[in-house]
Amino acid sequence: MIPELGQFSLILGLCLALLLSVVPMVGAYNGNQLWVDYARPLSKGVFAFLSFSLLCLGWAFLSNDFSVVYVANGSNTNLPWYFKISAIWGGHEGSLLLWVWIQAVWTLAVALKSKTLPHDIVGRVLGVMGMITVGFLLFILFTSNPFDRFLPGFPAEGADLNPLLQDFGLIVHPPTLYMGYVGLSVAFSFAIAALLSGRLDAAWARWSRPWTTVAWAFLTIGIALGSWWAYYELGWGGWWFWDPVENASLLPWLVATALIHSLAVSEKRGVFKSWTVLLAIAAFSLSLLGTFLVRSGVLTSVHAFATDPQRGMFILGMLIVVIGGSLLLYALRAGSVKSDSSFGLLSRESLLLVNNVLLTVACAMVLIGTLYPLVMDALNLGKISVGPPYFNALFVPLMSIMAVFLGIATVSRWKHTSVSMLVSQLWLSAVAAVVAGLVTLWLYGGVLEWWAGLALVLAYWILFTGMRDIYNRVRHRRNLWQGMRQQSRSFYGMILAHIGVAIMIVGVAMVTVFEEQTDMRMAPGDRMTFRDYTFIFDGTREVQGPNYISDMGRVRVLYQGEPYTEMFPEKRLYTARGMVMTQVALQPGLFRDLYIALGEQLEPESGAWAVRLQYKPFVRWIWLGAIFMTVGGVLAAADPRYRRQARRDAEMAKV
Amino acid sequence: MRKIFLFIPLLAFLAVGVFLFRGLFMDPSKLPSALIDKPIPTFSLPSLYEPEQMLTADSLKGEVALLNVWATWCPTCLEEHGQLNKIAQEEGVTIYGLNYKDEPDKALRWLERYYDPYKLVVVDQAGSLGLDMGVYGAPETFILDRRGVIRYRHVGAVDEAVWQKLRSMMQQIEKEEV
Repeated sequence: MIPELGQFSLILGLCLALLLSVVPMVGAYNGNQLWVDYARPLSKGVFAFLSFSLLCLGWAFLSNDFSVVYVANGSNTNLPWYFKISAIWGGHEGSLLLWVWIQAVWTLAVALKSKTLPHDIVGRVLGVMGMITVGFLLFILFTSNPFDRFLPGFPAEGADLNPLLQDFGLIVHPPTLYMGYVGLSVAFSFAIAALLSGRLDAAWARWSRPWTTVAWAFLTIGIALGSWWAYYELGWGGWWFWDPVENASLLPWLVATALIHSLAVSEKRGVFKSWTVLLAIAAFSLSLLGTFLVRSGVLTSVHAFATDPQRGMFILGMLIVVIGGSLLLYALRAGSVKSDSSFGLLSRESLLLVNNVLLTVACAMVLIGTLYPLVMDALNLGKISVGPPYFNALFVPLMSIMAVFLGIATVSRWKHTSVSMLVSQLWLSAVAAVVAGLVTLWLYGGVLEWWAGLALVLAYWILFTGMRDIYNRVRHRRNLWQGMRQQSRSFYGMILAHIGVAIMIVGVAMVTVFEEQTDMRMAPGDRMTFRDYTFIFDGTREVQGPNYISDMGRVRVLYQGEPYTEMFPEKRLYTARGMVMTQVALQPGLFRDLYIALGEQLEPESGAWAVRLQYKPFVRWIWLGAIFMTVGGVLAAADPRYRRQARRDAEMAKV
Repeated sequence: MRKIFLFIPLLAFLAVGVFLFRGLFMDPSKLPSALIDKPIPTFSLPSLYEPEQMLTADSLKGEVALLNVWATWCPTCLEEHGQLNKIAQEEGVTIYGLNYKDEPDKALRWLERYYDPYKLVVVDQAGSLGLDMGVYGAPETFILDRRGVIRYRHVGAVDEAVWQKLRSMMQQIEKEEV
């Protein structure tokens, strides 16, 4: 009964979403205020019904209702309750339901937080978001219904959630990532609303800025969580694999990063508006494209897709309508946009344009690398795959150039910046960065590793130019403390996010250059020394878990000969699926991780195992950097100036 | 002039769309294998029934045959096992087994219980041959020709539909070689 209620609620949500996508749009077109004002209550209604639907699916999982196909495939009575909840988004159908629910959350948030915006804009924005909701709801109801039943007979026991997904990472990674993906639909909807109404001005940029920044922050932390999860769960110790699913999340992130910078220029200076709109459309289009690539199985899945092209066709149709339609609208309308001001060849505007170009090129090259195998195959040129060497060879230089420009742009001025001013502002930071970078490298490794050296110099460069920026802003104040307090939240947000970039650069470079790993056969009593650490393998014992049996190894670790810690890598057999999983033992630290994974048991008699030991310096900094960026984004979006300014814009609009 | 540039994003997207559409009708389970049309990697591994007898790549030559990678820990292998039995019994096709990362005792008991369709079973307890052959996981099935050259690779279970396809390929290869 409950699953049927959930499905019914989904259908009602669809009906309201249909109304939402038509009524306010027509109202805005005809100037009918009453119709426009339906947007807010309809948004709330969609949210209420979709929430109820999600709760029903959650209930089906918690009550072990294996008559529901989706539950039977992804749960098991022995599964702990928190994994039953996260199992809601452990498969295709449920993750789409989560996606569309999050879409409803964002729609509700816009409906509640847009009191000060002009009515027709709110109506149009909510209307566009309603259309996207309709698309996804139709997709769920026609091709991927999570409430389908096994009737008349159903299994007594579920097949269990994929053990890879039975992890804290799965509880948090998809919701945050989807918050980011779907959040970009707000920027997209604002862009479409602006194109439709013909009011593509600084006020539009100001309205969409906080939304875009929050969505970007979610996307950042969502990707970082995914990387962290892959690092400790997959057992290889890698943190980024350039596989199509990861690229699908990186593409919108790169464009969204360009977008938040370009929005700043559009808001402050009234230029790049046409470009900014295009970025807003592109960012959400790429998250839809990512969904297509991941969900259709075109690139990743080993299941033959030809048997069920329905899902892929549906998403492709939706892509054509949403992306094609909005790009057509852009082509027709963006031509009339005029810049409000001009800028010199060397100015903050032009430097931010460099940032945009670099990010867009990086995005294009990741997109090409991701789609290349597909294109080659479609042209019958053979099956190939594009590996990390391609991505690294292009991505690393692009991001290095970007780090250099990041430092220059922070101290530059709007409109016009003179070369002599830049030189006088930056020479000290440049010299200090080179010295500090090389000294740090020498202190750490004592060897000349060029890539690590370059990365450290760039990281210091970002840090020092940021400090210089703060200094420029506070030196005319009476005292430092007062000057610091007078800076806006969005300024501190920017500084934090940029420092996050520096931290991430350090993490990526150090772990890539200085990591060490070894695979070896270890019998009980064997020892292995690595840097200052000695590992002694004590053998394994069998441990019974709630839904698995584990061979748990014990490894004693000595630091410089003294007992330091014990680590317990596991090899788990999940009984319901008969799947064997590696549970990594980690000893995390700010400056290094110790990482032990059990391989195969080599000789049952002697208790010898293949063991992989890894020493990963600074790997935490990668995610620490992402946390800084996220906090920076949230801080910037929370700047009270947006609310003040929005009120002023609304009054202007009324006059 | 500027108006025309504004259509570029749309055109670029439509071009991508065409390839995405084509992609829907391609079969991604036909995984590329670097070893297609190359001889099976050299190995020297024990036979399951006579552990003292070492099998090599030469043991798998002589007939157009299937090489099936399987293990007792793999539920999908059990699922396809009936199909393999049928192929071997009713159609007399030669199937070699590669027992992958498994324990020989368990493997013997498993074959006793579910019937053995294999002409020979190579024991690859450490997974080294599987690694050389680029095996992702079990089950995988390869088509070998008379000279022991890998001609095709299928990832996942062999069911009736897959077997129809494999059979026509094997017949094709047999014709070529005659």
